[in-house]
Amino acid sequence: MIGTGILKGMAVTARNFVGSYFEKERLITVQYPEERSPLPENYRNFPILIYDTNDAEAGLRCVACKICEKECPPQCIYIVKSEDKKPDYMGKPQFYPAVFDIDISVCMSCQICVEVCPFEAIKMDKVFELSTRERFDALLQRKSELSKSNTYYHSIHPIEAAEVDGKLAEAAAKKKPAPAPPKAPPAAPSLGN
Amino acid sequence: MTTTIQTLEPAERPLQIMSSRLEGELLEVSMGPQHPSTHGVFRMNVALDGEIVRKLKPVFGYLHRNHEKIGENMSYLGSMPYTDRLDYFCSMTNNWAYALSVEKLAGIEVPERAEYLRIILAELTRLQNHASLLGFLLSDMGAWGTPLMYAFREREKILDLFESLSGSRMMCDYMRFGGCRVDASADWLAGAKKIVDAFPKFLDEFEKLIVENEILIARTQEVGKLSADLAISAGITGPMLRACGVNYDIRKVDGYGFYPRFKFRIPLGEHGDTYDRLMMRALEMRESIGILKQAFEQIPEGPIMNPKVKIRGFRPPVGEAYGRIEAPKGELGFYLISDGSPNPYRYRVRPPSFINLTILEDLCLGHTVADVMVILGSVDIVMGEVDR
Repeated sequence: MIGTGILKGMAVTARNFVGSYFEKERLITVQYPEERSPLPENYRNFPILIYDTNDAEAGLRCVACKICEKECPPQCIYIVKSEDKKPDYMGKPQFYPAVFDIDISVCMSCQICVEVCPFEAIKMDKVFELSTRERFDALLQRKSELSKSNTYYHSIHPIEAAEVDGKLAEAAAKKKPAPAPPKAPPAAPSLGN
Repeated sequence: MTTTIQTLEPAERPLQIMSSRLEGELLEVSMGPQHPSTHGVFRMNVALDGEIVRKLKPVFGYLHRNHEKIGENMSYLGSMPYTDRLDYFCSMTNNWAYALSVEKLAGIEVPERAEYLRIILAELTRLQNHASLLGFLLSDMGAWGTPLMYAFREREKILDLFESLSGSRMMCDYMRFGGCRVDASADWLAGAKKIVDAFPKFLDEFEKLIVENEILIARTQEVGKLSADLAISAGITGPMLRACGVNYDIRKVDGYGFYPRFKFRIPLGEHGDTYDRLMMRALEMRESIGILKQAFEQIPEGPIMNPKVKIRGFRPPVGEAYGRIEAPKGELGFYLISDGSPNPYRYRVRPPSFINLTILEDLCLGHTVADVMVILGSVDIVMGEVDR
């Protein structure tokens, strides 16, 4: 009989409509921003730079090798290598990035920079509420804004961060038994006044 | 009238010439590029006789992003995230097709677990693509919203799976040459199995909504008929070809990945009309569920990356390769020519939805304007892939 197909379809719609009040699987809408669904461990958004210890300048793992700058598909990373060396968190003198900018309006969150980094220095952040009022300056993140502590990294990617810490500790142990802390530079000769 | 038809040819043809050829007064309508049912920025120049389509000229290129040229200036790995942006509904299958062609080019072996993961993700992609296609098709027909939301509810669950595995819902960038990027945990596999087990319930409900509906039958049967001869000679692939009754599925023909290990059937249509194309998707989803269930049982433990493949400084040997897979929309292929440098000498995409779109005029002639939208919806296009 003509019309039965339509009625069957209407029954499905009615079941969904009524069911959405009782069955949880039929109502999956999350009332953002009041409610938020938790982000998965692997979620990625934009890159950040990791530093050890509490000093964002001295503890930065990045040694300005520029591999990520070269490999980045949309070329959103801009690095200027320092001219002098300074001891990194393990006490070994290394170059450091004098300038490290990421244009997050160009970045496409592909995570290739993270994969190619040999120093575990660049990782992905999870912050996604990044709307700004300006188009240009606010979307160009400088080194100071990109630097995040290892503790923060642990808080956003707990499993991955623990693995990375283990890997770094292993590499440090393999290299040599605990490098001697850098000797304090000889006291600057007083100018004698 | 002084209006002219815009064509892809350099010279503009005034309307009078066309009228003399077709007789009667024709009205020209430019549908799109901002029309909601053109699935993106697609335009059709339609010449109408009353409400009947007498001539149809697809105009595309509004979303052209120079994908192939970018690929030629990019390292092999650098093109991988760009392939996500081709058919943004099915980034996993795009990744797979590209990875497959590079693996062919460089002769890379893929570990067993990675092959199973690829099959699981490709079939999940097929599920969500076909589900949302059915929803969009119904909303093109005027069932605005409701069926689309039912389809999106299921798609959302699969996208959540993609997000927890790869880190992103749509721009997954998951596969790498010689394997996959992240290993799936046992929890993830259990969650995926749960969603796949619940999927037939959704399909039953959705089929009740569409299969017998008289309005849908009146709108789709005998509309946009495609003959098998035309489909084969125009290079149509995917569910659209199989709806004409041609048994051609690259999963069976090429047997790439581990598909020969799986038992599944290829649904075939009979009439090649819009209704068959629509039902083809529903039937394929059932087969995909079967494949997924087998994959969850068979997936072995082991590595997911070939340790010989370097991430940085990847240089395949001189040569050329064409890797193709059965993407949800049809045959997706990547043709690469390598000259031994870190970036390909030639990078060509064979997009299924672009080639399936070429016969749109043949499908639409003689039908009404309202049918054009339905036919276009059943072709299943994504403009990111058509324009590249």
